[in-house]
Amino acid sequence: MMARPAILTGRLGSETLVRLGVLLFALVFLSLGLLFPLAAMLIKSVQDRSGDFVGLANFVRYFQTPALAGSIVNSLVVALSSTVIVVGLAFLCAYGITRTCMPGKRLFRMLAILPILAPSLLPAISLVYLFGNQGWFREALMGQSIYGPIGIVMGMCFWIFPHALMILTTALSTSDARLYEAAETLGTAKWRSFLTIILPGIRYGLISCTFVVFTLAITDFGVPKIIGGQFHVLATDVYRQVVGQQNFQMGAVVSVILLLPALASFAVDRWVQRRQVAQLSSRAVPWQPTPNPLRDWVFTLICYTVGAVILTVIGTAIYASLVQFWPYNLSLTLRHYAFEGLAGGGWAAWLNSVKLGFSVAVVGTLVIFVNAWLVEKSDGYRPLRQGLHLLAMLPMAVPGMVLGLAYIFFFNQAGNPLNWLYGTLAILVLNTLVHFYTVCHLTSITALKQLDSEFEAVGASLKVPFWTTLRRVTLPVSLPAVLDVSVYLFVNAMTTVSAVVFLYTSDTRLASVAVMHLDEAGYFASAAAMAVLIFFTSLGVKLVHATLSHLLLTRAQRWRQAG
Amino acid sequence: MTLFSRSLLGGTVALAMATAAQAATQLTVYTAVESDDLQKYAERFNQTHPDIQINWVRDSTGVITARLLAEKDNPRADVIWGLAATSLLVLEEEGLLARYAPKGVEALDPKFVDPSAQNGHDPAWVGMDAWVAAICYNTIEGERLGVPMPTTWEDLTRPEYQGQVVMPNPSSSGTGYLDVASWMQLWGEEAAWDYMDRLHDNIARYTHSGSAPCNLAASGEAVVGISFAFRGARLKSQGAPIELVFPEEGMGWDMEAAAIVEGGGNREAAETLLDWAVSREANELYNEGYAVVAYPGVAQPIENYPEDITERMIDADFAWAAVNRERLLEEWQRRYDGKSESR
Repeated sequence: MMARPAILTGRLGSETLVRLGVLLFALVFLSLGLLFPLAAMLIKSVQDRSGDFVGLANFVRYFQTPALAGSIVNSLVVALSSTVIVVGLAFLCAYGITRTCMPGKRLFRMLAILPILAPSLLPAISLVYLFGNQGWFREALMGQSIYGPIGIVMGMCFWIFPHALMILTTALSTSDARLYEAAETLGTAKWRSFLTIILPGIRYGLISCTFVVFTLAITDFGVPKIIGGQFHVLATDVYRQVVGQQNFQMGAVVSVILLLPALASFAVDRWVQRRQVAQLSSRAVPWQPTPNPLRDWVFTLICYTVGAVILTVIGTAIYASLVQFWPYNLSLTLRHYAFEGLAGGGWAAWLNSVKLGFSVAVVGTLVIFVNAWLVEKSDGYRPLRQGLHLLAMLPMAVPGMVLGLAYIFFFNQAGNPLNWLYGTLAILVLNTLVHFYTVCHLTSITALKQLDSEFEAVGASLKVPFWTTLRRVTLPVSLPAVLDVSVYLFVNAMTTVSAVVFLYTSDTRLASVAVMHLDEAGYFASAAAMAVLIFFTSLGVKLVHATLSHLLLTRAQRWRQAG
Repeated sequence: MTLFSRSLLGGTVALAMATAAQAATQLTVYTAVESDDLQKYAERFNQTHPDIQINWVRDSTGVITARLLAEKDNPRADVIWGLAATSLLVLEEEGLLARYAPKGVEALDPKFVDPSAQNGHDPAWVGMDAWVAAICYNTIEGERLGVPMPTTWEDLTRPEYQGQVVMPNPSSSGTGYLDVASWMQLWGEEAAWDYMDRLHDNIARYTHSGSAPCNLAASGEAVVGISFAFRGARLKSQGAPIELVFPEEGMGWDMEAAAIVEGGGNREAAETLLDWAVSREANELYNEGYAVVAYPGVAQPIENYPEDITERMIDADFAWAAVNRERLLEEWQRRYDGKSESR
């Protein structure tokens, strides 16, 4: 093997170089988009206004200011309450989907996905119409104000629910029927088999779900911004310090504090994921529920109540956007969709958001998929590939507010050669891409893992360069996952507020930020209209995606069914 | 080629290049003008100066002021068009404004021009119009909840207003700050803090923007919104069930003003904009929303504004309000910030 034909080594040599080049490029890309900005933020938090090193003085001042430090408790209270409610509800609904014979499962799953398509500002706006001083159900709060922790928890539950449901549905559907059969044969009581089989079986899914929900809740900005009133949380504090008072140092301090719980839950999640491997053996038999009228009925009721709540919240936002002058003139109009002469940028902002969505979807899918391929399917440079994987996992732990602020510190630095990016649509694309990197990376990795590594080996032995194999075989075969990734990126680019709120300029205003500005200035109907517009845009793209996936699955992916 | 045709050709090319260069002139303008009107302001300006494109950066007074201060070493704004005079005085103190006497500034009411101009300097800023405090009162909700229409500032501290009053946060909203500054000037500092302590007990929340309290009153989320006349008049015309109350003690006011940012780019275009901002034409534009404008004799009465509004505006001391701004806002935050909206 020592003496290879010269032509082969030559080919291999150039291929290896390209591979190394792409790998290094990926590493530099993620360092610039994630590591350097975060470092700039950490540095900022230990500097004073004139940029001199002051050690932990900013942190000391933070903890000595009750108005600021109090937000830690507020954030924890809100996030923990939301976590308990969401995980509980999602568990019941996931159980209904996977373990009962309730009717209309597909319809419910479709309903349950809807909140993801709306910005988190939408439920907050709806809640004002439902429970505000003029709301239809204000008596239900028994004198409590919706502007505060109650509203925040309700709003968060709405838009975090789909995330929890997806994780728990997956966890509950991977079960081994043989265990239940054994339990039944042994005459085990139902509650006992629940405690000893179901719960242990999904414990990792449950832990993972809890931490995902908690992280989403503690880092969310949209809901507390709209409906938090005087109830401050960490995410809104970052915004208040930076935009309201231009106190960047304190903004950095709050960001560091906000980063801690997210990093902790990220670490736990990683630990759990590592244990979860090989939960299910290849001999496991999937469990099929048998009809049980009472149980099926109860779960139908639970699931469809949740579905009705979701529809009510979205319906309220749509209604709010159509009413002439709520609550005094309830005739319907489309004038709130004109956005003329209002804050936020109107339809131009919507167009910018669509542009951002498509750019992130195209660029992001390409970058993320190639990087995932480098990690999973290429060989050599193991430390570099592991480093890339680690970098790809990190964005999940970085809250949007923190990432956005970090970008200001890094890219707006005088003397940074990338300074020109600041204030362009490109920086919004980069930021959004990095912000939502991890889930896409994992999706791509999972899809690539399903492919036999023989493809690469065969390609190499046929002397086909790797990029040809990637383009001709790996990419087409992974197309469903690639489409999933791109639509995920599009929807998130449409709906996200937290990171981009620090980075937009008058030329690159975004629809989601416009919702916030409209609400801030008191144009509630137009704010609702913009949120609804975002929702329907995401829904439209999602529907196109579903149709495309269906067509592709039936055509290009015919081989899947064949086996 | 003859000399004549050559010079003609050269001239045409030069002209074409000049037009192209002019069409590309972009001005970054920071403003706190109500966003309803921004497009209109730019359009009117472009009717006479189509060669200058205005890129607006709009936020509320406190945020724009803080932003200008934060960008002091590396200014991103070229012009400020429509920011509170109290803020401009602070910015002038920090050396952020370039002195320039716009063409035709002599025609303006001297009260509306930077006072330092009277000592022979070029003014650092020029006024546009006055915006005046007002209370928006929702008649329907007031009747339903038994909350009477207030007639004075003092009324708002009475127990029946508990939790029914919304007011802008003075550290972010210019309207909020003019309220605080006017109470200080009406009653003296001590009495004003005492008044605000009592008012604070009745406040449902402090909003980020000066428009929001009136919007909240108009939609029935609050009964009483401490806001400003412009927003109240607009909302009433749109059919909101509100009455505008101009308190008997007198109303605070502040001036919207324009200035060139020192060290900003496009000085020539910036001066063109300032020249236009003091013109009669521009003042007629301001008058479409504001009852009191800088150019004498231009102002026409506006729907839903009282005729005698000028007499009821207090004798505002902007210099005092500017010098004490930071101190008063710090004290305000210390006392009341807990009820502020997140921003």
